[in-house]
Amino acid sequence: MGANLFVNYGEAVAAVLFGIGFGNLLLQKNLIKKIIGLNIMDSAVYLFLAEKGYIIGRTAPIVTGGVQSVEAYINPIPSGLVLTGIVVSVSVSALMLSLTIRLYRRYHTLDLDQISLMIKKEEET
Amino acid sequence: MTVFTYLLMGFLILCAISVSLSKNLLNSILIYMSYSLIMSIIWVILESPDLAITEAAVGAGITSVLFFVTLKKIHAIGGKERSDEQEENGTGIS
Amino acid sequence: MSRKKTEQEYRKTFAFHFFRWLNGEKDPYLGEVEMKPQEPYKETEEEVKARIREKNMISRRLYGVAKSKEMKGLERFYKAASIIFCCILIYLLLFTVSYLPPVGTADRPVNNEVPQRYIENGLQETGAVNIVSGMILDYRAFDTLGESHVLFVATVTVLILLRLDKKKKNDGEISIEEAEANDRIYEPKNDAILQMAAFVLVPIIIIFGIYVILNGHLGPGGGFSGGAIIGAGLILYLNAFGFQKTERFFTEKTYKWISFGSLSFYCIAKSYSFFTGANHLHNIIPKGTPGAILSSGLILPLNIAVGLVVACTMYAFYAMFRKGGF
Repeated sequence: MGANLFVNYGEAVAAVLFGIGFGNLLLQKNLIKKIIGLNIMDSAVYLFLAEKGYIIGRTAPIVTGGVQSVEAYINPIPSGLVLTGIVVSVSVSALMLSLTIRLYRRYHTLDLDQISLMIKKEEET
Repeated sequence: MTVFTYLLMGFLILCAISVSLSKNLLNSILIYMSYSLIMSIIWVILESPDLAITEAAVGAGITSVLFFVTLKKIHAIGGKERSDEQEENGTGIS
Repeated sequence: MSRKKTEQEYRKTFAFHFFRWLNGEKDPYLGEVEMKPQEPYKETEEEVKARIREKNMISRRLYGVAKSKEMKGLERFYKAASIIFCCILIYLLLFTVSYLPPVGTADRPVNNEVPQRYIENGLQETGAVNIVSGMILDYRAFDTLGESHVLFVATVTVLILLRLDKKKKNDGEISIEEAEANDRIYEPKNDAILQMAAFVLVPIIIIFGIYVILNGHLGPGGGFSGGAIIGAGLILYLNAFGFQKTERFFTEKTYKWISFGSLSFYCIAKSYSFFTGANHLHNIIPKGTPGAILSSGLILPLNIAVGLVVACTMYAFYAMFRKGGF
């Protein structure tokens, strides 16, 4: 372990959240919980990116009072990247939820094991 | 300020773990909603107000509403008799 | 003699092939394309019983007491292995994080000359006071164009997945699936408290959303957040007053024209630079004084276009989840 683990606590939290979301994807049987796990992984990545651009003692990148030196503002690039990412993640989760509704209408359950067993049975007959 | 950030970060992890452990789907979605709200506060602390507004409107608002509508569609909330019937059939949802 | 062509002649013309291709009957590469909608899944009483029996059997086999020992062992092994895998993943990520340069210092590799250029020249080059807004709608506007198309494509896909055919309603009774999707029949309406709260809140929410969109180049906000706020206001209105009132001003046609108009406006405004041969859009619109509402050239109209697309998309998601269509 390096020396910066506790200085970089925000990034460490992002790493832990990513692991928890991945565990959700692996361990949960319910499809909706899996989707929530994917959303948690999403926001962990966003948190990591936003921590990258943060600089202590500087303000948000909105020009105030005509000051235009680099020393006054934080890095605007991660903010722009994350801004587009958040809106895309909504459309991704909407797409997955609609797939879930279709699966429920067809198989009347949300348990992934049962669904795959039924699919196997349908293929046999 | 640092103590406040530590608290928020801890709460974030707590929320993420309790989403995974909660048995009820409605509960886990509510917890996910609070997770998004805490995320938006963290973004104010990280000096990105654009992200804070977007996350508060999108993450805590619209995503959760979509999750709720999905639960309604799959009969996981409301409809007492339906859930009883499902328990009889052994097809509990959560 | 009439000028109408005979059937045989018409079949040879270009227009015949074009319209067949347009209607999806024939693909030049694949040949005849079958355009049948998927058969709805119908089941009789016995099939339901058989399904329940089968499900009980499956769940007994999966979760029951009489579970076979190998399955149990395999499941336990799977759980243990995935927990161990997650722990290893978290450990590796933390190990990497611990060697990264400390957060909050200015001399990290992220803070190179690119953000320096954006901060030092952004106000003069784009005219936007909010540097993030100037960045995503001027320097990197193609990225945002692609992203608004992602939203549009997602709406189309959800529409394909959740749409209900309205043609099969002729026999007077509503099928189960349709009744399930069509919440209007079961929902209690005229909830006085909800309607009063929505009556007060919805105008405020929508005006706040418009404010956020219009001030996207002056302060925090912009098309994405403002559009999401307006969409949330529309969803609240829909919940309080029902579909009949919203269908007066928002139907499938409205969605189509608003999305089409905004996306093509964005596309034309930004792909203008392809035709002029320059690598950036030269000023047609004057930048104005920074800080005024009518300033910063194209950023304000582009913000409005993005905001309209996002608001329509959010409302459309909700309406399609509720009743399968607008």
